[in-house]
Amino acid sequence: MKIKSERDFWSGLMFVVVGVVFAVGATHYSMGPACPPNDPCAANLWARLSQLSAHPGAGYFPLGLSLLLVILGAVVLFKSLTIESEGGDKVGSFAWRPLTVIVVAISSFGAMLEPLGLALTVPVLIGISSLAGDEFHWKGVVANAVVLTAGAWIIFVWGLKLTIPVWPWFVG
Amino acid sequence: MDLLHNLGIGFGVAFTATNLLYGFFGCILGTLIGVLPGIGPVATIAMLLPSTYALDATPALIMLAGIYYGAQYGGSTTAILINVPGESSSVVTAIDGYQMARQGRAGAALSVAALGSFFAGCVGTVIIAAFAPPLTELAFKFGPAEYFSLMVLGLIGAVVLASGSLVKAIAMILLGLLLAQINTDVISGTARYSFDIPQLTDGIGFVVIAMGVFGFGEIISNLGQPAEHREVFTSKVKGLWPTMRDFHEAWPSVLRGTALGSVLGVLPGGGALLASFASYTVEKKLTRNPRIPFGKGAIQGVAGPESANNAGAQTSFIPMLTLGIPPNAVMALMVGAMTIKGIQPGPQVMTSNPQLFWGLIASMWVGNAMLVILNLPLIGMWIKLLTVPYRFLFPAITLFCCIGVYTLSNSTFDVYLTALFAFIGYMFYKLGCEPAPLLLGFILGPMMEENLRRALLLSRGDWTTFVTRPLSSGLLIAAALLIVIVTLPSISKKREVAFSED
Repeated sequence: MKIKSERDFWSGLMFVVVGVVFAVGATHYSMGPACPPNDPCAANLWARLSQLSAHPGAGYFPLGLSLLLVILGAVVLFKSLTIESEGGDKVGSFAWRPLTVIVVAISSFGAMLEPLGLALTVPVLIGISSLAGDEFHWKGVVANAVVLTAGAWIIFVWGLKLTIPVWPWFVG
Repeated sequence: MDLLHNLGIGFGVAFTATNLLYGFFGCILGTLIGVLPGIGPVATIAMLLPSTYALDATPALIMLAGIYYGAQYGGSTTAILINVPGESSSVVTAIDGYQMARQGRAGAALSVAALGSFFAGCVGTVIIAAFAPPLTELAFKFGPAEYFSLMVLGLIGAVVLASGSLVKAIAMILLGLLLAQINTDVISGTARYSFDIPQLTDGIGFVVIAMGVFGFGEIISNLGQPAEHREVFTSKVKGLWPTMRDFHEAWPSVLRGTALGSVLGVLPGGGALLASFASYTVEKKLTRNPRIPFGKGAIQGVAGPESANNAGAQTSFIPMLTLGIPPNAVMALMVGAMTIKGIQPGPQVMTSNPQLFWGLIASMWVGNAMLVILNLPLIGMWIKLLTVPYRFLFPAITLFCCIGVYTLSNSTFDVYLTALFAFIGYMFYKLGCEPAPLLLGFILGPMMEENLRRALLLSRGDWTTFVTRPLSSGLLIAAALLIVIVTLPSISKKREVAFSED
């Protein structure tokens, strides 16, 4: 079993896994009305389905969607193992540095904004995210940070009157 | 005549100082992001949505609309001058436009693009004004089954007319629909998939997904590639006005492009991108013996696609404004903006908020006029912007995205979610899964579920209701036909060719 298309293989796998997870979750919720005591509802799958469909419960739509997703994911997986593609359709190298830097930058923004305010968080954000690029020159980064901190304050706090903490908790 | 009366209301609203100001701001911003590669209208509109809280509905929508069609103008400037399309819909303009620039005819290319776009924009506005009322009448005949089928058609159409693997695109739609299921069920009140996290009981904000997947996903993948060296033609831009011969050759293409773009913009999945590609193919087929062959600087290759992409951008507002169904990702965000302002998008918007409706339409014409003025004389300024190194731009974009997400509901949880979706968005990019269908599915998810359940409730559990009701079955048949047509081997080859024309 040779992987003919790497990207499709991992996409298909992702779809199947996500679909299964959502499907399992969906079974925790009600599909529809419970079987009435004098109705032989378990006898026929179609009859049961039509009974459920009359009053779809919370789990009805998600379960259907996740099953569809699993099926499509399986199709993508199958195609990735059977149909030829140029050069194996490789996933290619990951840009680990920009990826981690950006994720860390956004997360630190989230962590720092409320306790420390805009004035401290923005320069840190600019500093961290500038690490994601190819070049890092201190002067440029500091200048950028100053301009953007001031700009952010002018646009969002003064201009749009949004409620964003500006100074750390031990100051303002 | 009703049309004139409605347009009169519209212009009365559009020409107020506030609306003109916000429209102007939207056009400038749109041109700006159109010129800058690496950020597009989807990410920008997503970033600005939180700031529309402070504005009234009409100026907010006027501004956002200005960003969308303004980006079409800006994208063509860089496509022609430095062979870097700022917008995906300007990719075809770069083919002949850049060649024209290299031959010293950049001015002619730029002005033909701007004037063609203006003409198309005007026509598009008139079409919206003319067709909106009858379409809205039709929409009132729609019941839940019809709405469900229409949304299915819309989603299928959106992926069929786009490039890339059809199966994966449909799977992305399903994934988007599923992500929208993380919420509290309207009918039963059960909190679904919330894992006991209170912030999840209301669902994931679509701005979070839009910014994470589109904005940051693109930034990360841009950063992953080394910077390239580009030739810039600023010094050679002289003689802005095209010659009589250029005019003579270009105007049939402008007419054809406008017509094609107007039709394709309305279709689900349509809009500027599809219109420009289709127009290029049509121009190539229909122009016999062009003075300069296509690919080497034919003015028809600039005039047609540019008119088409503008017409497509305008008419893609029609399904959103009349039926409440967004045909593409940008319109989906506009639906979101209307919802934020408490306006339920759909056929009743025209009657309940006529100022908003007609004011928005009239402002598109005003916006197009502003853009011609902005673009032609100020080209040098836009080009200077491109010399700002990316390493200053992307932290700024990151900052605006973060603040934007935070201010939605003053929630740091949303910021963390955005970080997660930035990671996921990059994974999608690496795996070749397109994010636009996911966003569309996500926005339409709750509406689809509601209509499905209502249709089933009304039919007492009978699934055949979707095919026995005539309108609904017509829509579903159209969706099925679309899938069949696209999977036919001959068409799928043409589809690949059309999308690899550059």
